[in-house]
Amino acid sequence: MTGHLGLDAAIIGGGTAGCAAALHLARHGLNVALFERRTAGSQASGVNFGGVREQGRDFAELPLSRRARQIWDRLPELIGSDGEFMATGHLKLARTDEQMASLEDFARGAAGYGLEIELITGNRLRADYPWLGPQVVGASLCRSDGQANPRIVAPGFAQAARQAGARICEHEAVIGALRDEGGFRLETERGRRVTARTLINVAGAWGAQVAAWFGEAVPIEPQSPSMQVTEPLPYRVRVNIGVVGGEVYARQTPRGNLIFGGGRGWNDMAAITSRAGATNVMGAMQRLTAVLPWAGAAHVIRTWSGIEGYTPDEIPVLGPSLTTPGLIHAFGFSGHGFQLGPAVGEVLAELAISGRSETPLAPFAIGRFTGGATAGPVGAIRGGRDPNAAMQQGET
Amino acid sequence: MRAERVVIVGAGPAGMRAALVLAGAGLRPVVLDEAPASGGQIYRRQPPGFTRGHDALYGFEAGRARALHDAFDAADGRIDHRPGTLVWNIEGRRLQVLHEGAPQTLEFDRLLLATGAMDRVIPFPGWTLPGVYTLGGAQIALKHQACAIGRRVVFFGASPLLPLVAAQYAAAGAEVAAVLDTTPMRAKLAAAPGLLTGGKTGWKGVVYLARLAARRIPYRHGITPVEVLGEESVEGFAYADARGRRHEIACDAIAFGYGLKSEWQLADLAGCGFAFDAGNHQWRVVADDAGRSTVPGVYLAGDGTRIGGADLAEIAGERAARAILADLSDIDPGDDLGQGAALAACARRIAGQAGLRRAVERAFPFPAHLARAIPDDCILCRCEAVTAGEFRAAIARLGPHDVNRAKAFSRVGMGRCQGRVCGPAAAEILAVVRGVGVEEAGRLRSQPPVKPVPIAAFADAAEGAA
Repeated sequence: MTGHLGLDAAIIGGGTAGCAAALHLARHGLNVALFERRTAGSQASGVNFGGVREQGRDFAELPLSRRARQIWDRLPELIGSDGEFMATGHLKLARTDEQMASLEDFARGAAGYGLEIELITGNRLRADYPWLGPQVVGASLCRSDGQANPRIVAPGFAQAARQAGARICEHEAVIGALRDEGGFRLETERGRRVTARTLINVAGAWGAQVAAWFGEAVPIEPQSPSMQVTEPLPYRVRVNIGVVGGEVYARQTPRGNLIFGGGRGWNDMAAITSRAGATNVMGAMQRLTAVLPWAGAAHVIRTWSGIEGYTPDEIPVLGPSLTTPGLIHAFGFSGHGFQLGPAVGEVLAELAISGRSETPLAPFAIGRFTGGATAGPVGAIRGGRDPNAAMQQGET
Repeated sequence: MRAERVVIVGAGPAGMRAALVLAGAGLRPVVLDEAPASGGQIYRRQPPGFTRGHDALYGFEAGRARALHDAFDAADGRIDHRPGTLVWNIEGRRLQVLHEGAPQTLEFDRLLLATGAMDRVIPFPGWTLPGVYTLGGAQIALKHQACAIGRRVVFFGASPLLPLVAAQYAAAGAEVAAVLDTTPMRAKLAAAPGLLTGGKTGWKGVVYLARLAARRIPYRHGITPVEVLGEESVEGFAYADARGRRHEIACDAIAFGYGLKSEWQLADLAGCGFAFDAGNHQWRVVADDAGRSTVPGVYLAGDGTRIGGADLAEIAGERAARAILADLSDIDPGDDLGQGAALAACARRIAGQAGLRRAVERAFPFPAHLARAIPDDCILCRCEAVTAGEFRAAIARLGPHDVNRAKAFSRVGMGRCQGRVCGPAAAEILAVVRGVGVEEAGRLRSQPPVKPVPIAAFADAAEGAA
């Protein structure tokens, strides 16, 4: 496996965004290789809740998220698999009038982006969702949201990229990279030396490490989602459930398993292991039965976690490096990148090929952390955050 | 010696003997066990009100069973035995348990995992029909509640339990239609000298065979299971003999199995190292020659580490307990507990059983070829209802290299049992598709909870420490 590889583009990280970028660059005829420490979709892309959700996002993400939503409908033609995507809708629950007001605010703001949100209260709430607990006073529904199977989406993009001619190098971590007159030089753990004209950093929780190789310091905090699944139950929750505050979220698969999560597990970055965390697992069970009381009759059969990278403002870094021409970053999706992944791959390919993207990226500029010039008014179009944002995590 | 919290998981022969040794040294170990009474699977006790004697329950093992039960019961005040307790997770030095359905967290300084084993199965057409049991399950129905799994039973597989359970059923009055061994006769004959020179165990097997022969119960070698006959429940069993000819036997129940596999989920969650055991054709938890795992403070004994049976488990339990005592005296060098000689004696006794263990492995080899040839339309993972064909298709589609990746792509091993049942067969199928040895296919990672836990237990009760 030693030897030299000369590329148009090298990609560090095998999440959905990286694999999708590899696919698009390869289809564009470029010589591209992706390097992944483990296997495609091992961490954030593969272990998340599986929510394909526009509702509740920071408005800065909505243009990117709207673009992603269109791609989800086209997955079969893009990668030969639908990723088990179903537009089940996403129902966000309010337990107080104040929370309901925040849902109304979001619905108004989202309308400006063309995202349709229905507000549901009173008798209709009980009629349409008779399985909700009595604490719930209202909800907002985004019918175009849905769910997919995270375990097969990134691998599906990786397989399509391979078939398009990209090299997908799993179990091959990049241990160092620099740029000189000849372009980027990378070395992998297998002793392989790689040169590339363009370098794409989609290394998730390890993205800041790669950025640091090029003098860009981004404060990334590794966090672990805390996920659980029950034995199969009668299929009745046909919509994804979230709550204002984000402390619990749930969806049911057609087979009947209730998948839920909320709060944070723990991880060991040195050993690259993570767990859902017993304390949080037990707490999430209590938070689940607060909104779905009947779920207490079910057994949890499995818990899992992974490692995701969070930025301080919980929106990603996405765009060109400010220190190094030809380096493009996309990391720090802060527990809600699953829906965005397919669009991020397209954006990365656009940036690599033309230096521009049709999607507004100014809010995601790395300069907001490194102190470099930012490409636009970062704060101006922000909004729509939950009042209790500290508990909002992982509900992708 | 400072007071250390020593917790033993499992109250079978390994855990019971370890607890007795520790109690004898003045410690008061906590013994956690899922069952309502001590004994494990092999020395499982009958429910209150049942009156069969030790001889009826345990046969040749009655003496050992009685000795262990009596000693354990007599140590009541010196051992903190907590039956009805499921350990569902380990994080660091904490165990998460459900005790009589209520959640608790237990801290430990030293942990002995004596978690035992379960039947190793290979799915075959019809195995999910009512009336199909594992050999161990059939034995427990009889031992625990004096129930037979059927009136006319076929026993098949490759396991020391095969002649034993069939003979027990015959003695209990059930009709044993046939005993069908997947091991070829020549392999059984080749293993016979090792079995018969390895102590009494091999001769017990001869007695079981003789008892079956006396009842004119057919015992066939080299068979291949074909399918269960019947639509709603078991009506018969079809197999191919050594020459490939199909035979059908009418029966209303089937018990099958291919030896035992260790219940090592807790060892996995504790972070213990594993190695592939070619002789037994499965993964085992790595222990040193005193029963220490690769994780400091975590010890191993019995079939939960490496399959060897009840006698070996009891010695290994004593050995691990003495290793714990020796390690405790390291902490406080002024208190020499003098475990060196006792540890060496345990090691000699265990080494003396090595030949027998190898002979048993040869006499009842795991028929990996049957797993590799499971028909496409046969259910492989019964929890998630995935067929062998669907599993092979998922492998072909996305090219996973190990069983965990294959599980993510196919759902095989994702259900209630987390692959404890289908895992060995799934690994064989993946290995044959990839053209590698089964150890290359890896082993399924354990994820908490080790067994399903009811949400209501956590939603209703504030968690207590105990």
